[in-house]
Amino acid sequence: MTETLFEKIWNSHVVVERENEPSLIYIDRHLVHEVTSPQAFDGLRVNNRQVRRPDLTIATIDHNVPTTDRSLPMVDETSATQINTLEKNCKDFGIKLFGINDPNQGIVHVIGPQLGITLPGSTIVCGDSHTSTQGAFGAFAFGIGTSEVEHTLATQTLWLEKPKTFEILATGKRRNSFAVTSKDIILSIIKKIGTDGGAGHVLEYRGDAISDLSMEQRMTICNMSIEAGSRAGLIAPDEKAFDYINNREYTPKNYDELVDTWKDNLMSDTNAKFDKSFTIDVERIEPQVSWGTNPAMVSDVTGTVPTPEEYGQSNEIQIKSAKKALEYMDLESGTPIVEIPIDRVFIGSCTNARLEDLKDAAEIVRGKTVNPDVNAMVVPGSQMVKHEAEKLGLDKIFKDANFEWRESGCSMCLGMNPDILKPGERCASTSNRNFEGRQGSGGRTHLVSPVMAAASAIAGHFVDVREWN
Amino acid sequence: MELELEPFSKVNSIITPFDKANVDTDQIIPKQFLKLITKSGFGKFLFYDWRFDRDGKPKDDFVLNDSHYEDSQVLVTNENFGCGSSREHAVWALKDFGFNVIISPSFADIFYSNCFKNGVLPIILDIEKIHKLLQFEDEIELDLNSQKITLGDEYINFEIDSHRKVRLLEGLDEIDLTLKEDEKIGKFENDSSIVSIF
Ligand code: SF4
Repeated sequence: MTETLFEKIWNSHVVVERENEPSLIYIDRHLVHEVTSPQAFDGLRVNNRQVRRPDLTIATIDHNVPTTDRSLPMVDETSATQINTLEKNCKDFGIKLFGINDPNQGIVHVIGPQLGITLPGSTIVCGDSHTSTQGAFGAFAFGIGTSEVEHTLATQTLWLEKPKTFEILATGKRRNSFAVTSKDIILSIIKKIGTDGGAGHVLEYRGDAISDLSMEQRMTICNMSIEAGSRAGLIAPDEKAFDYINNREYTPKNYDELVDTWKDNLMSDTNAKFDKSFTIDVERIEPQVSWGTNPAMVSDVTGTVPTPEEYGQSNEIQIKSAKKALEYMDLESGTPIVEIPIDRVFIGSCTNARLEDLKDAAEIVRGKTVNPDVNAMVVPGSQMVKHEAEKLGLDKIFKDANFEWRESGCSMCLGMNPDILKPGERCASTSNRNFEGRQGSGGRTHLVSPVMAAASAIAGHFVDVREWN
Repeated sequence: MELELEPFSKVNSIITPFDKANVDTDQIIPKQFLKLITKSGFGKFLFYDWRFDRDGKPKDDFVLNDSHYEDSQVLVTNENFGCGSSREHAVWALKDFGFNVIISPSFADIFYSNCFKNGVLPIILDIEKIHKLLQFEDEIELDLNSQKITLGDEYINFEIDSHRKVRLLEGLDEIDLTLKEDEKIGKFENDSSIVSIF
């Protein structure tokens, strides 16, 4: 029988299977962070339970951390409590923590791959929806709620209903592979299949346009799978994936042996059947800019803000949400995207704050200055990214152009720390969610790629980065 | 105090009509309230940015501020409810506020499963039935056991996975159930080559 990659991973992790019931699935990697774990550890304590496999579990602090000078005491007491709580929990339960001053601290989905913890063919969970990022390595990686965090800590397993499979076939070649990024590919996909198009499914991205991408670009795509409503996204691992994992701090000792088995097993069989399929030709894709309050509300940079009817077609509910979105975003239909002025620029998040993202953005910024009406910041995805970037002198390029250069963390992706938009402020952001208030109550988010964000910072409004010079 | 998982029983309640699509968990419980380290106390922050103005005063035109719905246990809403972040705090907030049932044409996957873990029943119904419910102003009776919602002299049946139904009805602790499979988990660990991080 032929199988998809997802089915292969699933089948090799089934511990208990009964007809018409969820299956008990073994979890190879559990990543923990400060926001979704305190209640889970509490549950363990109340019931006198241990962590079953501390050797398969790591923790870091990312959502709450200040991105300013970390030698200063934290201003926000509740954040500090949450951070201290994780430190105590890790100590009590014997879990390795990459804490606030650790050189490996960073956004959980950035550090997993960087440390060689994320492995092809494995099952990976974290109490955070963007765990799907790590699907770029051919892992079944997905977000879970706090009860499931507790369940995984106690049993190293989860009861799951088997998701269906959804093939996303990306064909063709991008016309300008610097200006049209993997962010633009995934935004275009979400625009087409909708924010719930992938519900109940695991997406597998396939095709030449995907193999063509670097690992970091692939992570951006898998990262936003959740924005299409799907359980997870994955890509069959190839040499690029194996190379990325090699020689990292926690790369397994039997790496060579593992690569051999990965090579033999981790791909969908030739005639494997997917439950759904969608094809996109990347040749037609332009840089994308979101104009609304969900990640399917996106336009080409050469386009205009649509009317609710253009967006919703004849779907009443969609038309209604587009009206509400335009009101919230304070945008008028028909406005050319490139005429929208911005106040803030955020280059950061688990979607787009890895080294390549920063390199590309720096290419745009080099020798230029941020528009005086714009406040722009770069928040590297991890301390390791930050140091590598500094070795390349990227920090200097950004700082010379008047960008702020910060310590790593989630920062203004969700504004749980002091990095937030003020009400009414409009931000070009490389993050993944443009929900109402996501970056700060009343703030307005436009999702874009790092190069688009960088160019907009300089121009003070959106620009077609294909014409940048 | 932690939220106890109690057996789910019949619900008699009026409906809170909440005709919105794509309601994301950032709206259900905005991030500034995610810093608590317990499961209780989130109800007062539910839909915070929609319920309160900038000065923290309740907005009159927001349905959850209408005292008529104060004791309602049933939220009826539109498609893709609970999308976005996986934060279970969203369910804790809804439950703490008093909602034990959420009815929608579709839910985001993680939110849907988070509901069950906290004794909240998410029900999926087609859009016509949702419209009927949204317009029904009297008390409904909801019986999980017979999978039936009674609106006056009409019934609506709903589907639910039998496994999940039993767990809700009995209020069983999932970890306890899983630990009964301990031997199988151990055997899986012995038989497969699990790669430790350290
Ligand atoms: S960067 Fe944003 S999306 Fe990513 S884990 Fe942090 S808060 Fe979540």
